[in-house]
Amino acid sequence: MSEVKYSKEHEWIKLEGEIATIGITKHATEMLGDIVFAELPEKGSNVEKDGTAGVVESTKAASDVYTPVSGEVVDLNQSIVDDPSKINQDPENSAWFFKLKIKDKSEMDTLMNKDEYDIFAKESSA
Amino acid sequence: MDTKKTSLYQLHQDSKAKFVEFAGYQMPIQYSEGIVEEHRFTRNHSGIFDVSHMGQLFIYGQEDLVDDLERIFPLDLKNLKLNHSKYSFLMSDNAGIYDDLIITKIKDGFLIILNAACKENDYKILKELLNDKYKMILDEERSLIAIQGPKSVEILKSVIQGVENLNFMSGNWFNLDDHNIYVTRSGYTGEDGFEVSLTNEFADRFTRRLIDKGAKLIGLGARDTLRLEAGLCLYGHELSKDKTPVEANLKWAISKERILKGNFIGSDIITKQLNHGVNKIRVGIKPEGRIIAREKTKIYNESNLEIGEITSGTFGPSVNGPVAMGYVENKFSKKDTKIFLEVRGKKHPATICGLPFYKKSYVKGVN
Repeated sequence: MSEVKYSKEHEWIKLEGEIATIGITKHATEMLGDIVFAELPEKGSNVEKDGTAGVVESTKAASDVYTPVSGEVVDLNQSIVDDPSKINQDPENSAWFFKLKIKDKSEMDTLMNKDEYDIFAKESSA
Repeated sequence: MDTKKTSLYQLHQDSKAKFVEFAGYQMPIQYSEGIVEEHRFTRNHSGIFDVSHMGQLFIYGQEDLVDDLERIFPLDLKNLKLNHSKYSFLMSDNAGIYDDLIITKIKDGFLIILNAACKENDYKILKELLNDKYKMILDEERSLIAIQGPKSVEILKSVIQGVENLNFMSGNWFNLDDHNIYVTRSGYTGEDGFEVSLTNEFADRFTRRLIDKGAKLIGLGARDTLRLEAGLCLYGHELSKDKTPVEANLKWAISKERILKGNFIGSDIITKQLNHGVNKIRVGIKPEGRIIAREKTKIYNESNLEIGEITSGTFGPSVNGPVAMGYVENKFSKKDTKIFLEVRGKKHPATICGLPFYKKSYVKGVN
């Protein structure tokens, strides 16, 4: 069974076993507008919870991507680097950013579930 | 101070615009389709831009006005034909740019289109320079609507017959439903198009007619990517009080005739820079790959020496890659020079390139 959680920085994270897949939410892409550039962390590197783990840029501005949990980067989605518009098209599915082998499963507990995030996103854009 | 709204504010709202404050106005940055789609629509069809925040300054006078304005602008205004326009600058004594503008000869004087953020200051400066001798109206009763892109001529002529006979950088008065409308064939996107000056009360109805004919509203976001691809300067970015027209690589806009004679504000510095060169100059910059170098990004040469700074940078949807402009030391300004851009602490390769990034398609030989 997989579990999807959300961060206040508008990332989603899906945990399957000890592998977490991370991307940015649809709400985030709507706020950013057309994404034209994506940068991912290095494969094999270790990232810390709430630390930067990538960049997305729209025509307007650059925004950091944060990792909601700590872990080792084990896989990258090169297709969004090659064609960043995919992030706007399918942000919460095929346009994932990176996969982590997580360190501490309890970090997941600090994140929001879908309902909590929807309310958070609505309030933060109001 | 409250932010101002243009006559099209309601239309922008109806069209689901996202607003930003720009030069004291609530302006649409984009609509629901987004900047990239709006950009492409302008290049392929016809985009409508609300540029009513820009200043429309009417100055009325005859020959002595021409003489007085020639002491201010580096233009051959004596030979500027009725309804013809020129791009120029308002400069300080040391040739720093207060504003870039379009000046058009109209029947009783001149119409000058000014940047929104500069217009009040420009008015003050010009009033003082002209010693209050002429009637000057910074007209807040008129809106300015640009329609840009290859289908614009068909669309606009179906609403105002005769605009198709205008050449690039020329204009005329037209009458539509008893409204006096001044139309010029000009714009700031690198596309064929028009700028339409009309009364505030008619602006909304007129624009909705253009939309009915197939044009779409385009926000300031796409206006920026379009002008950048076209290699056009934006005041406050490429142009400022610290830059001269020669440094901005805009010497084409300075009349050769006038340079020989001098006697305009800033002419000493301009002449000196034209004869002896400048230290820094505006160039086009093409980053390798997809990296976007924004304003204030530092530029280095191959020996890791800092040689300049980016003034505008974004992703160009029609170029399908990043584009930028900036100032570099003159000796590194040659086309194809390899440079490096420092983005988020890393140096990324780029090349000095010619402008525009996207070829313009202005209409020059209609009649």
